[in-house]
Amino acid sequence: MFQIEKQTIAAISTAVSESGIGIIRMSGDQAIEIADKVYRGKHKKRLADQKTYTIHYGYIADHDEIIDEVLVMLMRGPHSYTGEDTIEINCHGGVYVVNRILEVLIKCGARPAEPGEFTERAFLNGRIDLSQAEAVIDIIQSENEYALKSSVNQLRGSVKDKISNIRKKILYHTAFIETALDDPEHISVDGYGAKLREIVSELVFEIKELIDSSSNGRVMREGINTVILGRPNAGKSSLLNALIGEDRAIVTDIAGTTRDIIQEHIRFQGISLNIMDTAGIRDTEDIIEKIGVDKAIKSAKESDLIIYVIDSSVLLDDNDFSILKLLKEKKSIIILNKSDLDMNVSISDIKDRFLKENNSLDKFNIPVIEVSAKNGYGINILENKIKEMFYQGNLSFNTEIYITNIRHKNALDEAHKSLKKVIESIDNNMPEDFYSIDLMDAYEALGNITGETMGEDLIHEIFSKFCMGK
Amino acid sequence: MKFSANSVWENKDGYDVIVVGAGHAGCEAALACARLGFQTIIFTVSVDSIALMPCNPNIGGSSKGHLVREVDALGGEMGKVIDQTFIQSKMLNKSKGPAVHSLRAQADKANYSRTMRSVLENQERLDIKQQEVVRILSDDKRVTGVQTYSGAVYSCKAVILCTGTYLKARCIYGDVSTNTGPNGLQAANFLTDSLKELGIKMYRFKTGTPARIDKNSVDFSRMEEQFGDEKVIPFSFSTNPADVQINQASCWLTYTNEKTHDIIRNNLDRSPLFSGMIEGTGPRYCPSIEDKVVKFPDKNRHQVFIEPEGLETNEMYIGGMSSSLPEDVQYDMYRTVPGLERVKIVRNAYAIEYDCIDARQLKPTLEFKTIDGLFSGGQFNGSSGYEEAAAQGLIAGINAAMKLRGIDGIVLDRSQAYIGVLIDDLVTKESHEPYRMMTSRAEYRLLLRQDNADQRLTKIGHDIGLISEERYQSFIEKMKYVDSELERLSNVHVGTSEDVQSLLKKYGSTPLISGISLKELICRPELSYSILSIIDKDRPEFPDELKDEILEQVNIRIKYEGYINRQLRQVEQFKKLENKKIPMDIDYDSIKSLRIEAVQKLKELRPVSIGQASRISGVSPADISVLLVYIGGRE
Repeated sequence: MFQIEKQTIAAISTAVSESGIGIIRMSGDQAIEIADKVYRGKHKKRLADQKTYTIHYGYIADHDEIIDEVLVMLMRGPHSYTGEDTIEINCHGGVYVVNRILEVLIKCGARPAEPGEFTERAFLNGRIDLSQAEAVIDIIQSENEYALKSSVNQLRGSVKDKISNIRKKILYHTAFIETALDDPEHISVDGYGAKLREIVSELVFEIKELIDSSSNGRVMREGINTVILGRPNAGKSSLLNALIGEDRAIVTDIAGTTRDIIQEHIRFQGISLNIMDTAGIRDTEDIIEKIGVDKAIKSAKESDLIIYVIDSSVLLDDNDFSILKLLKEKKSIIILNKSDLDMNVSISDIKDRFLKENNSLDKFNIPVIEVSAKNGYGINILENKIKEMFYQGNLSFNTEIYITNIRHKNALDEAHKSLKKVIESIDNNMPEDFYSIDLMDAYEALGNITGETMGEDLIHEIFSKFCMGK
Repeated sequence: MKFSANSVWENKDGYDVIVVGAGHAGCEAALACARLGFQTIIFTVSVDSIALMPCNPNIGGSSKGHLVREVDALGGEMGKVIDQTFIQSKMLNKSKGPAVHSLRAQADKANYSRTMRSVLENQERLDIKQQEVVRILSDDKRVTGVQTYSGAVYSCKAVILCTGTYLKARCIYGDVSTNTGPNGLQAANFLTDSLKELGIKMYRFKTGTPARIDKNSVDFSRMEEQFGDEKVIPFSFSTNPADVQINQASCWLTYTNEKTHDIIRNNLDRSPLFSGMIEGTGPRYCPSIEDKVVKFPDKNRHQVFIEPEGLETNEMYIGGMSSSLPEDVQYDMYRTVPGLERVKIVRNAYAIEYDCIDARQLKPTLEFKTIDGLFSGGQFNGSSGYEEAAAQGLIAGINAAMKLRGIDGIVLDRSQAYIGVLIDDLVTKESHEPYRMMTSRAEYRLLLRQDNADQRLTKIGHDIGLISEERYQSFIEKMKYVDSELERLSNVHVGTSEDVQSLLKKYGSTPLISGISLKELICRPELSYSILSIIDKDRPEFPDELKDEILEQVNIRIKYEGYINRQLRQVEQFKKLENKKIPMDIDYDSIKSLRIEAVQKLKELRPVSIGQASRISGVSPADISVLLVYIGGRE
């Protein structure tokens, strides 16, 4: 159900990219209280004791872990943009840091803001004049539609199916309990707790898995998803290492869901890249290796950018030919690696082969860069090329995805919590009617992900699945 | 318009309110208006059918029992009458949580009807008239009176329509159809057209009832006997529990079998439902036996309850086997059921079709949005059930009276009462079948318990003027006992003494390490208020007639405190949206960002609050945001 609430909301208010500074804004009755939970100032300074319109130096921490050095701005309502108590945390930019800070705020009680929500609150609190109303409405409207669309689109088929399945099970079992409560003389729910416990425990496990994968998936999503492809020993890992280099920050190091894809998040010159180093591509009979290769091809297909590494010291072979086919529909850069050795492959070799593989009369316009990953030669050319493609708009990534993702995660967390409560109620021997309260809470939370509201689902399920008396 | 009469006679008795129909809705509506000081007349096609129970012989049941208690707490009559006329009573779901405990009583139908009629007859300012109302008179969208079949015109300030299933009623079984209301009573064939002339949109709904059989033809030895509760709890908060401990009648349980189902399946083509002879929409929750057999083919038996229709009749009701199959098939099918092998049918089962309204034309006060002073309640509004009818009738009656007093009507919200859920659903959600109350429809059912209906509604009933000062004071007294006992329990601590520990051990409860309040002990799932009586030496004495209720309240409040508080917090959120009122003159077309579907739905329904708007199907959360901003801007 839709609710007007004065729950405190938080969001990243600068673009989520590699800017010099990042701002996280939080608004609502509890903004200051929540900020105090994560803010570490000098002499145990508390923001709650500070005056409005003041700036405070300190750190943001998640328990003992310091996340970043920050400046916190404090504005008390009604004299703030939204008209509510507002906190703005200025940190050292960077996708990872701003996201981490947002995450901690959410952990401490803030809710991720909906698109346009700060503006909406500003309006509702009389901070924006009437003439702007229409504009505000338009923003909300389009953002809402967008958020829904992108959030649904973003769910990959399998995730969506999984959630729908969980919801279906929840609905069925709730409907059964409810039918029994409404018609106790025809249907008995005695002893159902034990059975339900098993089912709900399974669901809790499934949701936990989704939550875990969502936090991996989220980081993977921010930035340009880049896949490094190439034959085994073409120098993919060395290229990755060269890109990371000594003066580069490894922002995060998350092992992919499979051991055969390594994922790195790196940034340079204002650009974030998620780089996946894949298994070398070659035709193989070895089953495990085959899985790795298939995954590499799959992630290449889903990527924003392919960096194709060719070992220029040896001749192209069938494996290279099949990769060249992959490049046709994608943004890509070809690296002629090992330029420090004798080069046996030239740019025109690649061009000819590309045109031949793709039966194409088109021009060959994939940039080819000679690199020696080993001694660092050509790396800066590669970086500039990526930068150029990004700023010319050939490459892009979407910041909204992050927001909707965090909403998903929140909804999953909520469903998880509710289902755990069901188990708790069962363990405490609570009567069956208590189960359905939390079951339906979980159902609703999951519906927020798939964009389905509850409506009359339960009533329909009761009538369609169970035979009532009279 | 001319009916049978050639002349028009004008009645000059000066009625304030006219109630059309004397079923369960009409009775409550008329009593409420008269009791609130207005000259009231109630029309019925047959005085002998006042408060008739043409279907099942019971009152209450899951969530319906809640409605009866709420009606009672507001000052309605149903609870009192059933307390005087029940012949068996059960608290359903007793092993479940307090929210779903629900009273259900078997009624002596004739006695119930007679008793309610006598209450009406003896009510000051209330007149009863046997006449069919054929026309609603109005002037410029304001109701001015009614005209009867005899041609007489009665003027008034408000009309409450409680026509039940009588409008253009048609009863059907097999290929037999009669244009009559329930039980062969005269149908009302003219009013529908008058309503349509007023621009009211009508639906056609359908329901059904099983056969009534002769008790002497039933072999009870082949059935399981079903007893009432040993200790009966009354419906009405004003009934002394000592007065309802009576000798109870029994009901009987038996089952259908594959033979029954075969007969039904082989004759489906002769059912008017399947042949298309019935056009009305039937309820899914109260399926006929042929529906059940078709929809649930893998169930090889269905329960059948044989229930007495009263103490002074041999007729019995076959619960679970309503039908509209032809007469011969009815005999064949019933006679396959164990105990019914030689059954004699007194009244055939039948389906009934009738006109009712799309209740979305009503305000939450149950007044028509477009016709001032016209109210309606009961099955006419698209609901089903005696209890749903009584609840609406009471609210419609109260609000007609409030209107005549010139003050705002009473609207109970979804967090206050099942009545609130019922009416909100009716006036907000599109429905294609008769609406039945269900506990799963209530979002805050832990708060809407049958045991605390008085706490939720007595004050409102008293403020309106339907609850006497005496009854109100007795309620206040009860609550004082509850509150002081709760306080005492949180202040009295017990230690690790021998008798405490051995009691805990006996009930498998963890022994104490240090002192603890009695309240905290009651919180433990394995313990309760009554178990602790041995170690709680200073318990106060409570008045006999209140004792059980007080103990129940104390126990529930302590045991379910956490859950109750959670729901209270949800209610706070809910109230915020309910309290955001939408101005009546809002122009949805001018709000450009609303989706077209939402504009249509909102224009059609014209919800009173953002809360109500959010429950309309086809209005999305984004639309609600837009509305909020728009309304915020206008303030």
